[in-house]
Amino acid sequence: MPYVAVKGGEQAIENAEKLLHSRRRGDINVTELTSEQIEQQLTLAVERVMCEGSLYDRELAALAIKQSWGDLVEAIFLVRAYRTTLPRFYYTQPLNTGVMQIERRISSIFKDIPGGQNLGPTFDYIHRLLDFKLLAENQVPPPSETSVSQESFPLVMETLDKEGLIQSEPRATQPQVPFDLTRQPLNFPANRDARLQNLARADEGFLLSLAYSTQRGYGKNHPFAGEIRMGEVEVIIFPEELGFEISVTDITITEVQMVNQFKGSKHVPPQFTRGYGLTFGYNERKAMSMALVDRAMRASELGESVDSPAQNIEFVLSHSDNVEAQGFVQHLKLPHYIDFQAELNLIRQMRQKSQDLSP
Amino acid sequence: MFTIPERQSWMSTLARAELQQLEDLIESLVSNFHELPNYTFLRNPEIGLVMVQGRAGATGEAFNLGDMTMTRCVVQLEDMVDGLPISGFGYIGGRSQRHAELAALCDALLQTTLWHDQVQTTVILPIQQSLVKQQDRKQRQTAATKVNFFTMVRGEG
Repeated sequence: MPYVAVKGGEQAIENAEKLLHSRRRGDINVTELTSEQIEQQLTLAVERVMCEGSLYDRELAALAIKQSWGDLVEAIFLVRAYRTTLPRFYYTQPLNTGVMQIERRISSIFKDIPGGQNLGPTFDYIHRLLDFKLLAENQVPPPSETSVSQESFPLVMETLDKEGLIQSEPRATQPQVPFDLTRQPLNFPANRDARLQNLARADEGFLLSLAYSTQRGYGKNHPFAGEIRMGEVEVIIFPEELGFEISVTDITITEVQMVNQFKGSKHVPPQFTRGYGLTFGYNERKAMSMALVDRAMRASELGESVDSPAQNIEFVLSHSDNVEAQGFVQHLKLPHYIDFQAELNLIRQMRQKSQDLSP
Repeated sequence: MFTIPERQSWMSTLARAELQQLEDLIESLVSNFHELPNYTFLRNPEIGLVMVQGRAGATGEAFNLGDMTMTRCVVQLEDMVDGLPISGFGYIGGRSQRHAELAALCDALLQTTLWHDQVQTTVILPIQQSLVKQQDRKQRQTAATKVNFFTMVRGEG
């Protein structure tokens, strides 16, 4: 349905904007929330906005959340818009997630893993009861500490990989330049690099529902959470003007390796296959969903039948972006007076015709 | 006088400093040692993006994960050293132009015989120590959440 431009309404629009800002502020007798407080105390919201806004910058994400009244999809939109104003300097070396400052690391397939199961800060295993103490001043006890055994945290998948029990994750001999959807149009069928980039910035709710659909039978692939790890990894760039690699910062990421059943094919013996999830920040639900959907979209590559939404690459990738989706859904709010007038005339004519025909 | 790994190490340390900490350390460097030399910008502090890449399945083909903000800057010391101009590079995550400038300045100073040891002990070492301390605290907190589940036979418990 085409949208026909309207003009006028400047005063009303200006006033609506003022009202919006005032409602955002709320009761002025209540202390104003600072973006620093958002950054520190609404961390998971900040991390979701960084992830789906596809821009790692805590301060900007916090600002966007404040500006958008806490509407995270709106905040993601603001961050994406800001991102387009900056020049791209470099591409990093691919993150080495095997070397991570682990803050959380668990495996649901092996109980005893080198480095151990570290729960970290998690909502798992706690009661989901409202804590009314938080309504009053909140005194948080300091976290417990124990001595650290100098163990490393090798990737759990390597154990299966060594025995050839899981599909290997091959790397081309010549480094390939990965697809970049901020620079190139998405074409179908999309390769795994394009799919993973799309999923990394996809809407969490959309991926969660699709992932759930695969578990309920729409593209079943019997997943296990092989490994979930969250912590900081080094960001390394190679500036040509410098001539050597340097490490510029550490970023928090969540990585999920799903292990899935695979019955094998003519060419491949039965083995496990992988689904991979990687997100900026601590976004575990999103990373798990991403891994399930990544695996589902590998159906045709693995010779499985493609008959469920989560396995349909074009369906998933075309509808995963919440900035695009909200824009197209919400444009329906804009004036469509002329189009509707035309529709109205058409209906009236059709009704007139059918009335004229009836005896 | 210094090796590339040494330079990589101090550059990465400077990039990880808190801005306030870096300002304070440079101030104490000046008061304990010497006025800072004059310098000019070869490249003004500039904010931009870097596309962070991951690998499919952690070890496979690279893919683009998302952008990160970063700031870069290049300074040149006005006085030549042994007839050669000295330039320092600053690359930091985030959008602090001042941080990039100070990182670049320290990188330049560390390349001179006059300043190297002073900057190393007054600036780099304290930053490294506080980074190690933070990291150590986090590791100890994570270690306290290490769990050892006991598996039960079905029907038990």
